[in-house]
Amino acid sequence: MSAFRGLVRKETLHLLRDRQTLAILFLLPVVSVLLFGFAVRTDVRAIPIVVVAPAPDAATRALVARIAESEQFRLRGTRHSEETLDDAFQAGTVRQAIVLPADTEQRMARGERLVVGLVTDASDPNTGRVMEGYAGALLRRWHAERSGQAPAGGVTLLTRMRFNPTLESVNLFVPGLIALILTIVAAMMTAISITREKERGTMELLLVSPLRPSAVVLGKVAPYVVLGMANMVTVLLAARVVFGVPMRGHPLVLLGASLLYVVASLGLGILISTRAETERTAIMAALAGLLLPTLMLSGFIFPLDAMPRPLWVISHLIPARWFLTIVRGVMVKGAGLVDLWRELAILAAMSVALLGVGIRRLAIRLP
Amino acid sequence: MKIRTIGALMRKEVLQVFRDPPTLVQVLAIPLIQLVVLANAATFDTGATRLLVRDDDRTTASAAMVAELVGSGEFTVVGTAIAPERIEAVLRRREAAAVLHIPDGFEAALARGERSAVQLQINAEEGAVAGLIQQAAQAIVERQGGMPSMLEVRQQGWFNPTRRYKDWMVPGILVSLTTIIGLLLTAQSITREKELGTLEQLNVTPVTKGEFITAKLLPFWMIAMGIFTVGLTVAKLVFAIPTVGAVPIVFLAAMVYLTVALGIGLLISTVTQTQQQAMFVAFFVLLIFLLMSGLFTPLEAMPDWAQAVAHANPVMHFVGLMRAVLVRGAGLAEVGPTIVGLGIAGAAVLGLAVVQTRKTLE
Repeated sequence: MSAFRGLVRKETLHLLRDRQTLAILFLLPVVSVLLFGFAVRTDVRAIPIVVVAPAPDAATRALVARIAESEQFRLRGTRHSEETLDDAFQAGTVRQAIVLPADTEQRMARGERLVVGLVTDASDPNTGRVMEGYAGALLRRWHAERSGQAPAGGVTLLTRMRFNPTLESVNLFVPGLIALILTIVAAMMTAISITREKERGTMELLLVSPLRPSAVVLGKVAPYVVLGMANMVTVLLAARVVFGVPMRGHPLVLLGASLLYVVASLGLGILISTRAETERTAIMAALAGLLLPTLMLSGFIFPLDAMPRPLWVISHLIPARWFLTIVRGVMVKGAGLVDLWRELAILAAMSVALLGVGIRRLAIRLP
Repeated sequence: MKIRTIGALMRKEVLQVFRDPPTLVQVLAIPLIQLVVLANAATFDTGATRLLVRDDDRTTASAAMVAELVGSGEFTVVGTAIAPERIEAVLRRREAAAVLHIPDGFEAALARGERSAVQLQINAEEGAVAGLIQQAAQAIVERQGGMPSMLEVRQQGWFNPTRRYKDWMVPGILVSLTTIIGLLLTAQSITREKELGTLEQLNVTPVTKGEFITAKLLPFWMIAMGIFTVGLTVAKLVFAIPTVGAVPIVFLAAMVYLTVALGIGLLISTVTQTQQQAMFVAFFVLLIFLLMSGLFTPLEAMPDWAQAVAHANPVMHFVGLMRAVLVRGAGLAEVGPTIVGLGIAGAAVLGLAVVQTRKTLE
């Protein structure tokens, strides 16, 4: 056992001696969470819009005034015809246009049917739908007010956004970011540190020591478990202090899940290092292979429910998917063990399997 | 700069890559497999929303409204009875995405010509989805009862009338994959030599800094261009992405853009000491570039200062350019300035990398 302690000590010293790397390892996650917390949002605002009115009248001016004071739109002028609209849309300086008929005012005054054109840049379907929704609502309010049509009868929809009433993007991003950072810190760092020893031949030295191969591997990854957990706590604290990200569930559930996830990522890292002979291959597999799938198949950005069936099935194999469900559940929805036991069990099974296979493979490959 | 020296150094780099088949396979396979798989994942279109209805009114009007919701194809009813205190648990466990409550007296109020209200509770865990659910429900529910409005809004969705997410996302995913591979390869190329000690050997040769950086850049630039070309072909053949504008413009821009992206990789490689450090820095640079590029989230959603900062992000410019040319059919007049800007950035980054290169021992 003292030999094992010695190895852990060696690895820890390796990590601590390299102050520059250590500083990077601690600072970058916090910096990125602050940056993304402020900058990356999913709500659509300040849509550049133009109003096309062949004959501007009082009704048209009222609409323009409405748009000008709205936060959702940024008025890019009024025009008399649709002529040069194409170019502006192509260049992307205008993304929406409201096209009014020449006799808007008269039609409204006479209570006649008013047909308004709404042109939207739908190249991004999601933003396009949101923009159409905003403009449609604005037009309906404007029409109801100008035409004096009191909306008699009808149904109002009262919406309650549960768990995230203000739709704060940061509440959605922080869990995803934690998953991503843990994946990279744990998987990439382990893969690099093991392949480095292989490439330099020092792994042979470790394996002729009285330690069993599995002990060598565990000793090598132990410091990274601590580092990964430290990263997760600093990121979470930064998000909590600066953005007031909620913590509705029990923090211990979150810590437990993080530990499982770090172990799963370490297992993945070890597995990569058993296949890779050089640091270059390990890096490509760990970073290039994991970055986008973790980002896109975990539900971080694109909803899991939207995936086509085969991909939805594949996403079950991504540990980050389960981890993300747990983190969001605990932080945003106040879920506890009762709600999350299934996800936790799957994550635990994955980490045991990955770590077990990783260690076995490594031991076989380096007899 | 001597062409022969650069040629010899490049030959060494190329040999090193080709001698290492696993890396070569990875470099080609990772982006292509991911492009084909991930292109399918990039959608916010969740299909029919799983709705749980609590109808306390139980009248023709309430049933008609629910039928309208289902008939639109945007909602599907997964259950009908629910106690108010269970709503939260149902949403928390994602048994339903939203719960609709129609209160008693709904039809009676409508019959009296009064305004009645129904309540929709949405799991807002995923903000973008919640917003879309609300809009879809509002459009249908507010059509119910009351006087027909005299306002008709005729919607036209330009550039992507069928609302295919792939048209929008595939060019962006291709850019990010090419960037990830190119930037990682260059970021570790110099630190690798530092760690293996072979940089010392190069330092005692008469190779100049400029020649050294050029020789490090070109082979990886060619690999990245290769990935980009194959990727774009796959995107066109497999996903039938639109090519409204001129494809040569896209290639011209890619050639310029990749000098910037790979130059940044080289810069990281000159300022870091070990591959581990280089990779960690490269990871965060990539993360910032990708998440602040408008690739996944709309650019306009970012606060103004962040949009200003994003102008320093080459990925943002190139993704924007690809989409402008391929989807909207923009020409050189619209995107020319972007290409020039990328060229200037590329020259600056490579210049900086040359300056940062040390030929002496520290």
